[in-house]
Amino acid sequence: MQQIVNGISLGSIYALIALGYTMVYGIIKLINFAHGDIYMIGAYTGFAVVTYTNLGFFPALIIAMIACSALGVVTEKVAYKPLRSASRIAVLITAIGVSLLMEYVMMFFVTADVRSYPDVLSNASFEIGGVIIKMQQIYILITTVLLMVFLQYIVHRTKVGKAMRAVSIDRDAAELMGIKVDQTISYTFAIGSALAGAAGVLVGIYYNSINPLMGIMPGLKAFVAAVLGGIGSIPGAMIGGMSIGVIENMVSGYGGSLIKDAVVFAILIIVLLVKPSGILGKNTREKV
Amino acid sequence: MLEIRNLNVHYGVIHALKDISLTVNDGEIVTLIGANGAGKTTTLRTISGLKKVTSGEIILDGKQIEHLSAPQRVSMGLSQVPEGRRIFPEMSVFENLEMGAFLRTDKSEIRRDMEMVYDRFPILGDRKKQMAGTLSGGEQQMLAMGRALMSRPKILLMDEPSMGLAPLLVREIFDIIKSINEGGTTVLLVEQNASMALSIADRGYVIETGSIVLSGTGEELAKSSEVQKAYLGGE
Repeated sequence: MQQIVNGISLGSIYALIALGYTMVYGIIKLINFAHGDIYMIGAYTGFAVVTYTNLGFFPALIIAMIACSALGVVTEKVAYKPLRSASRIAVLITAIGVSLLMEYVMMFFVTADVRSYPDVLSNASFEIGGVIIKMQQIYILITTVLLMVFLQYIVHRTKVGKAMRAVSIDRDAAELMGIKVDQTISYTFAIGSALAGAAGVLVGIYYNSINPLMGIMPGLKAFVAAVLGGIGSIPGAMIGGMSIGVIENMVSGYGGSLIKDAVVFAILIIVLLVKPSGILGKNTREKV
Repeated sequence: MLEIRNLNVHYGVIHALKDISLTVNDGEIVTLIGANGAGKTTTLRTISGLKKVTSGEIILDGKQIEHLSAPQRVSMGLSQVPEGRRIFPEMSVFENLEMGAFLRTDKSEIRRDMEMVYDRFPILGDRKKQMAGTLSGGEQQMLAMGRALMSRPKILLMDEPSMGLAPLLVREIFDIIKSINEGGTTVLLVEQNASMALSIADRGYVIETGSIVLSGTGEELAKSSEVQKAYLGGE
């Protein structure tokens, strides 16, 4: 039970990152490997805000989200947009390049040292029926749930969100409706990156340590979560993220902490072998 | 209304459209007929802005538009019903129609136009909330037409509206095209079903391997021996 509680709070963070992967994949069919690094930069932005100003958790969260969405949009414009008609492998390799660039540029500026976040959220914890729940876990869960509800609202109720869905379903048809495809892709990067930024701040607070390479592992695991849920599917990313978080905690809770990462990637391989479209993914249909 | 002058289009090294010129006057139904791969769809895609021109001019309402993006052309009153319908299957019927009105901001007018679409296609009104992908082929074609009308186009480009439909339904779709035209919308219709298309068209053009080889009124073309031999044979 304890592992499930811990798993849900970790999983909700994976889910936030996985949403960005899945949204970007949905719209330009790119696995954006730099996404985990956007999350790392979100963690540093939040760190800078709470350390050097007197602002609390929520302003830090908002500022990190804004910074990350700007960074996401710029990355897309500079690195991916010129390759719009190039082969997908070229864009994928670029994404890996962008990822490494971000990691080592950050390392240059902030050094490779691990830093610890100041306490911005209560460290208190309480016990229900033998399960210890930290206040931080509650904050994390509330923040993620709010962000996901907000995302659902954007995607299903607003014009921008509907344009995003239309472009990801059929780019040409969307253009014939008068939807500006490039602008819609920018919005997608902005929203996906903002969610990653929020995840970065939450992780910084929860684990109390950040470093320039912190984005690699959670980035990859969120990618696994997105694939498990069905890449391109927003509810799938949420379910996938939660599942990976719970599974990982279960494995380490029952003595397998050394192999927990291996288990996560074994899941990736199994999903790809057994049901590549994931839990909620659509089978790619042939277009007539 | 719409004029195309000396249009050339390439796919890589393939010269898909060779010096095509055609005119669609205000209020007309003009049809472009031809065999598979002759360049019909390419012509429409180039007019709507999905495909770039190599050279030539596209003139809509006296303004050159060949350098404009597809969304800009939509805002000038051009709307396309694409080949294969291309509705958004994972969106509801209502949302599909909403997307058709994407560039418009006049909410109450959009509502009214949506009611008009439901009047014209009652089946869509009954299925507003249903996912568009669950509709039958004929219903999807109606949705694609309704969606295109939601932008209040001056000229409607239609690519193979009869494709894959049962003969009875084809007749119905062509009647609808006629009534849309009578409502004041100019129509450029691309069809493989030449006899049907020529029966409702004011004028027509015949395209063969990227060039216009014949033009005339609908009646003239339907009677022409070349058209009969090549496209109406056996019908």
